[in-house]
Amino acid sequence: MEHLTFTYPAREPVRGRVHVGVVGSGDLEVLIEPSPDPQAHVAVTTSADGFEAVWRHVLDRFFGRFAGAAAIEINDFGATPGVVMLRLEQAVEELRA
Amino acid sequence: MTLAGGGPGGLPGRPSFIELSARERARAILDAGTFRELLGPFERLKSPWLELQGVVAQSDDGVVIARGRIGGASAVVAAIEGAYQGGSVGEVSGAKIAGALELALRDCERGRPVRPVLLLETGGVRLQEANLGLAAIAEVHAAIVALRRHVPVVGVVAGLVGCFGGMALAAALCSHLVVTRQARLGMNGPEVIEQEAGIGELDAGDQALVWSLMGGEQRYASGLADALLEDDAEAIAAEVRRVSQSTAAPPRSEQAQRFLERLAAIDPGQPPEPRALRALWGRPEAP
Repeated sequence: MEHLTFTYPAREPVRGRVHVGVVGSGDLEVLIEPSPDPQAHVAVTTSADGFEAVWRHVLDRFFGRFAGAAAIEINDFGATPGVVMLRLEQAVEELRA
Repeated sequence: MTLAGGGPGGLPGRPSFIELSARERARAILDAGTFRELLGPFERLKSPWLELQGVVAQSDDGVVIARGRIGGASAVVAAIEGAYQGGSVGEVSGAKIAGALELALRDCERGRPVRPVLLLETGGVRLQEANLGLAAIAEVHAAIVALRRHVPVVGVVAGLVGCFGGMALAAALCSHLVVTRQARLGMNGPEVIEQEAGIGELDAGDQALVWSLMGGEQRYASGLADALLEDDAEAIAAEVRRVSQSTAAPPRSEQAQRFLERLAAIDPGQPPEPRALRALWGRPEAP
């Protein structure tokens, strides 16, 4: 198990909070709420050790399209990068709904 | 994912209940627009034990507690997320269920009935939390027995995890137990039986055999569940609505003599086949 944290610049505030997903095999849960400062913070807890570079690539791509000052918590149970991206996009979609 | 013994997917054109998450199931059972979650994921009441053992914890510990209304009456739903740690009951998730039931009991005792519903999808106690989970399950049992003197306690086992261990006892204590064909209900799960007693006792990979022994249809046909429904979220919600307003028959656990006589009629050296057990124990109208 590994804890990873990432910070990204943000351009707009986030309103409300959203929870999606489940910490089940090959899946993850994502919690998004407003960040306490004008940046985005991601805290990842993952069951798979040694994938920090992969997480950074996935999050770089996600924050290329999302500029909210969000505090994002991810609890991961071995999701593939594709599933991680789908869950993040689902969370953002619900945040905007 | 496919399972020979009863796969998911629901009926064509009908909303599946099995495919719903615990939170979605609770929402489906409650009257539209009345779902209000207590101790939700942002409270971050996680298991304090799993991370110490290198296991990633879920923010709600895999149990959703929701207040709302069922058929207009005040209700509380406790739904277990089967996809998280096999729906296992730990210190926190068990305390959430027990606490919800105990608060409902307190309201009932003050003349404000609250209808409790348990959506059970669980392998039983969480082994990583051992006695703490078992203690919580005992509290759940005590609360069900106390509550059902005031209101029907409705249990639902839909699948695909099923309901095992101490939580199978909780299911058996309910005033009214609803199952689907995809559900399984038993003290020990098939993998545990195979591991402990050998593959000669039970081949856990033989899903047709497993479901013939502990599947929802068999449990209903042998009188250990009260309703057998298709995987249809609206039909399951309608059945919960119906029975949570009605006066239930005396609970199974108050019919000890009847069940002792049933057991006495069986020779453990020559256990009956599933069909024969239905004939021996079953309800007359069963399939």
